[in-house]
Amino acid sequence: MHPRDLLNEAVAGLMARPVRSALTVLGTVLGITTLVITLGVAATAGNQIVGRFDELTATSVTVEVPENPVPLVDWADVGRVTRLRGVVSAAALAEAKESANLSVRSNDIVDPTRVTDQTLTVVAGSPGLPAAVKGRMVEGRFFDAGHIARGDKVVVLGEHAAKLLGITRLTRAPAVFIGTQAYTVIGVLGDLKREKNLTGAVVLPPTVGKRYGLSTVTRVLVNTGLGAVELIAKQAPAALSPGNEALLQVISPPSPTRARDAVEGDVNALFLILGLVSLVVGAVGIANVTLVTVMERVAEIGLRRALGAARRHIAAQFLLESTLTGLTGGVIGASGGIVVIVAICAVKQWTPVLDVRLALMAPAAGAVVGLLAGLYPALRAARMEPVTALR
Amino acid sequence: MPEPVILLHDLTKEFPADPPVRALSAVNLRVEKSDYVAIIGPSGSGKSTLLNTLGLLDRPTGGGYRLDGIETTALKDRARTVIRGSRIGFVFQSFHLLPHRSVLENVMLAEVYGAVPRAGRRERAMQALERVRLSHRVGFPPGRLSGGERQRAAIARALLGEPSLLLCDEPTGNLDSRNTDAVLDLFDELRDQGMTIVVITHETEVSDRAGRRVRITDGVLTEE
Ligand SMILES: Nc1ncnc2c1ncn2[C@@H]1O[C@H](COP(=O)(O)OP(=O)(O)O)[C@@H](O)[C@H]1O
Ligand SMILES: [Mg+2]
Repeated sequence: MHPRDLLNEAVAGLMARPVRSALTVLGTVLGITTLVITLGVAATAGNQIVGRFDELTATSVTVEVPENPVPLVDWADVGRVTRLRGVVSAAALAEAKESANLSVRSNDIVDPTRVTDQTLTVVAGSPGLPAAVKGRMVEGRFFDAGHIARGDKVVVLGEHAAKLLGITRLTRAPAVFIGTQAYTVIGVLGDLKREKNLTGAVVLPPTVGKRYGLSTVTRVLVNTGLGAVELIAKQAPAALSPGNEALLQVISPPSPTRARDAVEGDVNALFLILGLVSLVVGAVGIANVTLVTVMERVAEIGLRRALGAARRHIAAQFLLESTLTGLTGGVIGASGGIVVIVAICAVKQWTPVLDVRLALMAPAAGAVVGLLAGLYPALRAARMEPVTALR
Repeated sequence: MPEPVILLHDLTKEFPADPPVRALSAVNLRVEKSDYVAIIGPSGSGKSTLLNTLGLLDRPTGGGYRLDGIETTALKDRARTVIRGSRIGFVFQSFHLLPHRSVLENVMLAEVYGAVPRAGRRERAMQALERVRLSHRVGFPPGRLSGGERQRAAIARALLGEPSLLLCDEPTGNLDSRNTDAVLDLFDELRDQGMTIVVITHETEVSDRAGRRVRITDGVLTEE
């Protein structure tokens, strides 16, 4: 028997009872849709959490230092955090309300029509700042311990601040005025991944910052290796201010693993069972209908045997019919499931994660369900004696 | 001398029961090519059992059956199925046409299970329909044909593949006299073209047209 003939006969068999076939398909559609939605939403939701805790956030710890009569964290204390195992980089920052909006002017007047007087945030930072904000020096260099010790009147500009001030190159040693005080610009800090607002700031050495109220550390930025974040979040306060760790406030990402487990636990367990149950119901439906169909088509089976069909030909046709039913249910179910996932993502503003394997496996699963459901009816059909079938 | 199409030698069929039912009792029969044989007998005499055995739809419990010179009783199911599909054409009282397929598709079904290549199947089916003068009904579903047309479609299906033997079980049982005549005329034509025909019937109108009548009573065959 030619495979095309087998397919023809199976399709014709299904099309002879279109309503029944469609209703039979429905069971598998429900099962596969539920499964695809379950797995798809679990993957998407799981990814959402992974997305929220991407590598940057998953390794960032910020320690906020509250105001205290005696400064809780000294600039030099950052060194102790840097030396902790699992810390990649760390830096201290001083920010103050009174320095948040200072008038800054550039002396390097390239274009006279250009307004060079800008209102900028002025902060103080420790030398580890470029690494701590995961940025890079676009121009020049960051100040070092020497600048700090000597109290050199130098600044590093955030990239955006530099642009606003019209400073592009440092070859002519440009200066900026904060109020009336001049500072030499020694570097431009750009490409910030963390503390992105610093791109519009002017960064002073801590020793210089004092006159703008930037004498005490208000925040410590810490970057850890992957997986070290929970440990460092626990250790950093003690390293920064032994004995006062309770006063410091640590901001670290919530444990991503736990959040993910919770989502998967919720979504998967219940809906996976639901999907499997509807799939089993769908399979029972196919088996049931195929069996009824076999009984109704006894005369047809007899005729086919009389025309030279072997038992395996009869079995193959009913198996193919049930498999096609399951496959159709799988294709429709997978499509429906994907539509629902996309809809859920649209409502939740998630990025849908559509695993290609899921889109391919779902119809295959439908086909397998149909195949299994067709085994018994096909066997019954094949076992029928031609004489009995034709009577 | 050529092999007869059918050669039965002490063919016996018993159905297991208490006591066993002897539906065919040591039947001997020889049917030559182009013979047109009517098997007649009362209900329950063993006609259907004989036809099922001749059609390789059922196995005898004893004796021999040579079809076209091939001893069939010892053959495995698969081999019997192949012979059935290629050498025997069946015509049933109730036509056995698939209601959801066109007349042409119903006829083409006869070639689906054999080793005949797909190429040209449609043309061969058209020719078979021409032989039964049903070319004008190829696209019709069986439900829109008259009884006589349905039986002619079934005969076209039986003719596809040039079988050695046409086995007909009460082929006019569901037809009025006018359609019966048409089918019987067709059998005459086919016989004239060399077809070997065995017809089961209890209608004298049918048996009178056959060249040879064989009576079966309680499983015992007697030539008339
Ligand atoms: N499958 C069977 N099991 C038992 N007895 C059967 C079976 N088929 C036929 N018979 C018996 O065999 C005898 C011949 O039956 P059958 O060939 O159908 O007669 P006919 O076709 O001439 O009416 C009857 O007595 C019938 O009851
Ligand atoms: Mg009978």
